[in-house]
Amino acid sequence: MTDTNLPAPHAANLPIEKYVLAVTGLVGFVVLWYASVKWLPIDAFNRLPDPLAVIVEWTSPDPDYGISIFTADYYTHIFYSTYRALSAFVLAVVLGVPLGIFMGWKKSVHNYAYSLLGLLRPVPPLAWVPIAILLFPGVELAVIFVTFLVAFFATTMNTLVGVKAIPEDYFRAAACFGASDRDILRDIVIPGAMPSIFTGLQIAMGAAWFSLAAGEMIAAQYGLGFIIWEAYNLIQYPTIVIGMATLGLVGYVSSMLVRWVGKRLMVWHEQKLGMAG
Amino acid sequence: MTKASITNVKTPSSALADRPASGKVSVRNVTKIYDPEGVHVVALDGFSMDIEAGDFVAIVGPSGCGKSTLMNILAGFDTLTTGEVYLDDQLLAGPGTKPLPGSDRVVVFQQGALFPWMTVLENVTYGLMKKGVLKRAEANEKGIEFLERSGNLGRIANSYPAQLSSGMQRRVEIVRALINDPKILLLDEPFRAMDTVNKNRMHQHLLRIYQATRKTIMFITHDLEEALFLADRVIVMTTRPGTMKMDIAIDLPRPRDHAMMASEAYLALKQQAVFAVREEAKRAFDRGEREMA
Amino acid sequence: MSDEISTTANDASANAPVKRRAKSRWNISSWNWRGFVSIACFFLAWQGAVSLELPGFTKIPGPSEVVHTFVNDYLFTQSYWNSWLVSFERVFWGFALAQIIGIPFGLFLGTSKLFNNLVFPVFEMMRPIPPLAWVPLSILFWPTTESSIIFITFIGAFFIITINIYDGVRSIKQEHIWLARSLGASRIRIFRRIMIPAVLPAIAVGMTLGIAVTWNVVIAAEMIASDSGLGRLTWEGYVSSTPPVVIVGMISIGIAGYLSTMIVDIIERRMMPWKYK
Repeated sequence: MTDTNLPAPHAANLPIEKYVLAVTGLVGFVVLWYASVKWLPIDAFNRLPDPLAVIVEWTSPDPDYGISIFTADYYTHIFYSTYRALSAFVLAVVLGVPLGIFMGWKKSVHNYAYSLLGLLRPVPPLAWVPIAILLFPGVELAVIFVTFLVAFFATTMNTLVGVKAIPEDYFRAAACFGASDRDILRDIVIPGAMPSIFTGLQIAMGAAWFSLAAGEMIAAQYGLGFIIWEAYNLIQYPTIVIGMATLGLVGYVSSMLVRWVGKRLMVWHEQKLGMAG
Repeated sequence: MTKASITNVKTPSSALADRPASGKVSVRNVTKIYDPEGVHVVALDGFSMDIEAGDFVAIVGPSGCGKSTLMNILAGFDTLTTGEVYLDDQLLAGPGTKPLPGSDRVVVFQQGALFPWMTVLENVTYGLMKKGVLKRAEANEKGIEFLERSGNLGRIANSYPAQLSSGMQRRVEIVRALINDPKILLLDEPFRAMDTVNKNRMHQHLLRIYQATRKTIMFITHDLEEALFLADRVIVMTTRPGTMKMDIAIDLPRPRDHAMMASEAYLALKQQAVFAVREEAKRAFDRGEREMA
Repeated sequence: MSDEISTTANDASANAPVKRRAKSRWNISSWNWRGFVSIACFFLAWQGAVSLELPGFTKIPGPSEVVHTFVNDYLFTQSYWNSWLVSFERVFWGFALAQIIGIPFGLFLGTSKLFNNLVFPVFEMMRPIPPLAWVPLSILFWPTTESSIIFITFIGAFFIITINIYDGVRSIKQEHIWLARSLGASRIRIFRRIMIPAVLPAIAVGMTLGIAVTWNVVIAAEMIASDSGLGRLTWEGYVSSTPPVVIVGMISIGIAGYLSTMIVDIIERRMMPWKYK
């Protein structure tokens, strides 16, 4: 176990062996979970739902607590969460990317915006929940607003960093060839910042789900976060885990999608990485 | 306009092209003072020089001697404090003029500035497209033509810069500059990060291009050998504040090859220059020590 | 042309200006008046929107009212400062535990192939679950609210810290380890002299990200499931229909978050003196 060898890519590590270990790990985790809930004489563990109960509930055509892959409710909740996360994310991208680009590119925009962002940023997004409820008509908009805030900061900051990291010589070279301000924006600033923008979008997507879950627990009538909290209050413990797992799954899939789009858009960047080994 | 720009790059024994009609540079008494946050730095102090159209001039000096400042002023990246710069007797920069880069003075950068997100062909045709005279297809055709002439680079037209070796990247960058038919080519230590073998090959390549096009070239370097080998004139700059220390005419025959570097005429010139460069390097070093203390 | 082209550092300014830093940080020329303008505009717009009773702002107090409430009802009360203390304690414990467990865990994941293959899939499966989705299970499992909030906070920071350390270890060049081995260094020595310095920057990144997440999680957890702390203070302002309290809470949280970031920054500087001149 205490081998100081790093898992180097070229080291002889049979994929089959790797899969066996991975499956062992996952099975071991489930068994350990089951065993500690069912057999361990500790009260704290016994209160938790066991994996078998979760799986049975999740795949039952007639679930005890009303939520399984065969019920329409399940998909309604998924739909609500996805809709909120997506609208917040899109809004964050539409506002955050341009703002970050201009902050990185034009000193004066940076000066105007940076102090204000610096003033608002230390307040954790979830602390905005109460004020958002007061500010917006209806809980729906409030939850979306809070989700938007986190995604917005992540997007803006990463875009800003991306623009700042573009070598000065690229701007100069473009200027040599008579590029106008608009050309520079289109040909240098946007493509140059693209890798960093997509890193930001991935972070933003993760952050969006993070605060969406909390927002829905605090103040919503539908959604996966709501399920989790509702199931807790109604003592429907297996449903809690169904909600958690679904949240994880949906969050993971959306990050994958962002990454996939990024790869598609940045062929040049992929190839660069490929060259580096 | 010289339309047959680099027709014969591939044949090394070609005769030197005729002196072009344009590309004359005149730098008159230029001073550049930086004043960031109240710190007074004189980068250039009354620097003057004249470059004839079609000359290959190398500027040598220790780092921090103001040679990059000079280049930035010429390229239109920076202002000057006093003095004037003329290109073909037209005022390019004076006190208070707005710095304006243009495709008549294209820079090849030290770190390389091919746009990584554009293919080689897109990079090469960038300047043509910005001028807006040619259509995309015409520009591509011209781009391929220029790449082909520069040692069969046509085959990499659709590669991205990161897929090329640094030597290849430099060649492409030079093509990207030449295709715009600039009056003067500004080379800012373009071969700095290369190993000796590649550097020598790039020297040959650059000389072939010069032979064929006879563009005015200003070549900035801190490598004296490189300067002597390539240029018609080597200007040695003093350490900050930058002034001209020595102006050496290199009247060695062209085409040149590395055998020339053993000739007596070359060694005599080198001897003359080495001392001057050493002296400035030492002064720069001593100043650095003082400033660190 | 853009600002970048005309006002850049080059030869002279890059190569040792005589004095490295300007004498005063507060001289007039470098004073960012644009930032001041935008912040002033923000407060004016806020007050204006409240005074004009724009839609959405009917229930929102203006800045003056907030200051008034803060000074009269909170600044000198024991309970207000107690909220600070309680939240800070939770953040501290969650953060510290995540470091104590996350750093060795990340090191182990990065160095042991067996452990990696066995555990990493499970780790990756849990990672996308938003920390706050753990709230119900955490309450079920832990005997006190205090411990469950600390646990959720820990979860929030743990994954980020671990993944950063893991990436840090993997970025160590195999050659360095081979070299050290060939020079006869023992495993402990390799660990101490190569691994630890190499992952220090990763630890620092994990700390910076971790502290931000920690505050976010603590605030939300307090709103959902606690009767003390700054998050609760804010939420109670909403529940008891005293909106000025909501904003007092938000600002307090912002300041608290900012202070913790500063503390983390100081620790990082101590850890890596070579990174900061």
